[in-house]
Amino acid sequence: MASKRQILSLYKCLLNESKKFPSYNFRNYAVRKIKDSFKANRNLSDPSQIMVKMQEAKTNLEIIRRQVMIGQMYSTDKLVIENVHSIRVNL
Amino acid sequence: MLRYLTKLNTNIPKRLTNRLFHSTTGCHQTIDSKVDDGNLIGRPIYLDAQATTPLDPRVLDSMLPYLTSYYGNPHSRTHTYGWETEKAVEVAREQIANLIGADPKEIIFTSGATESNNIAVKGVGRFYASKKKHVITTQTEHKCVLDSCRALEGEGFTVTYLPVGENGLISLEELEKAMTEETSLVSIMTVNNEIGVRQPMEEIGKLCKAKKIFFHTDAAQAIGKIPIDVQSMNIDLMSISGHKIYGPKGIGALYVRRKPRVRIEALQSGGGQERGLRSGTVPAPLAVGIGMACDIANREMEYDHKWMETLSQRLMDRIYSKLTHVIRNGDPVHSYPGCINLSFAYVEGESLLMALKDVALSSGSACTSASLEPSYVLRAIGADEDLAHSSIRFGMGRFTTLDEIDYAADKCIKHVTRLREMSPLWEMVQEGIDLKTIQWSQH
Repeated sequence: MASKRQILSLYKCLLNESKKFPSYNFRNYAVRKIKDSFKANRNLSDPSQIMVKMQEAKTNLEIIRRQVMIGQMYSTDKLVIENVHSIRVNL
Repeated sequence: MLRYLTKLNTNIPKRLTNRLFHSTTGCHQTIDSKVDDGNLIGRPIYLDAQATTPLDPRVLDSMLPYLTSYYGNPHSRTHTYGWETEKAVEVAREQIANLIGADPKEIIFTSGATESNNIAVKGVGRFYASKKKHVITTQTEHKCVLDSCRALEGEGFTVTYLPVGENGLISLEELEKAMTEETSLVSIMTVNNEIGVRQPMEEIGKLCKAKKIFFHTDAAQAIGKIPIDVQSMNIDLMSISGHKIYGPKGIGALYVRRKPRVRIEALQSGGGQERGLRSGTVPAPLAVGIGMACDIANREMEYDHKWMETLSQRLMDRIYSKLTHVIRNGDPVHSYPGCINLSFAYVEGESLLMALKDVALSSGSACTSASLEPSYVLRAIGADEDLAHSSIRFGMGRFTTLDEIDYAADKCIKHVTRLREMSPLWEMVQEGIDLKTIQWSQH
């Protein structure tokens, strides 16, 4: 059975990796999705179900790691919206 | 118009030089206060999800092994290379089938929804041509369905192009009236690509079943976004596209019902792949991609749909709170929330698009966005010429953020206000003059 600490550590790992997506849209989606998914499954009590979800999350973590690398290889200029938040020019 | 064209000439080179500058330096752009005539520098945000969607990283991840290590021809029967890709293609077929409640055997891989639509419309039409030579479709279909129907007309078919109401929906009574003993096929799209309107599939399916007419639907904009079940909707043929659901470009699928069997005359001759309906090697990496895209869509449809509702509500609330004379094209209820088509009265759509250059938007279909003609879809719903000219489609997707919506809405408000202030028509409207009553004199 997965301990609370293990789940929390996986959650943090997922978030930290996702924040490395160079693409603004992929990064924001990944963070939103991870947070919402953990929230939605917060009340899971069946150990086997928790194990399934943990395994899913581990698979996703591997995907995120690989895709972050690919994203870094083919990154683009930043989106205009990413620059808005750092400069705050009147729209 | 000349004014807009000169504007275009001065603006585009500037944008190009910016882009060239960034690409030649090759390094990451530094975040400083670089401003290009009031606009921030950076890639535009993407709000054109009906044209295409980005490839989901999970989809790319599933495809990469088949673009690198597993390169066998899925139709090779004599070695492992063929077997492993064949297995992957069959898994993908199952994933697509699961999304629409079909049997995997009923799924045929094609190059995209355009090809699927061609095979469905021409294929069914031609196969039953000796007995039935009538096809029904609507005026708001995608170009490829309309063009396929035109081709059939050239072969002696009669085609009924059903009109749509102001809300973009067809009338079931008119559909029923149009059906004859001669009718072999009804082709009506599920969700419209320009105005996001969702046609009453269940009712159309029921009607077609009762009259023993095949029912084809172009579901490229609907699949994976709203629940679709070919059984409960009595759909006989359905076109699916990969790149509208965060899958790869260059692949699509066609659902063809087996019980009762729908017969099709193939368009392409060749090795007889895909049950002889679509010859040519199935591109295994792309098939794996569309399969994964369907699988993700199946699991996350509800989650994504809620997000679309949040985004579209935010967009409309923001725009309506600051602007008047904004008309939403298409039925507000029977529609997909990820596609919002708005007309800003007294503003020319092209000039607004030009002003909103840091937001990737379109005035309608990508196929027709090069022409300055107003959209035939908007004309079909009875929009006035000037309103049809002032429309903008906001296409939101899984990867769109709230910040992007706020940014696009604010920019839109700013430029609509600015353009209206320059417009003598707007000034007259503000003074309470009804423009329709004015007799414009000829010079």
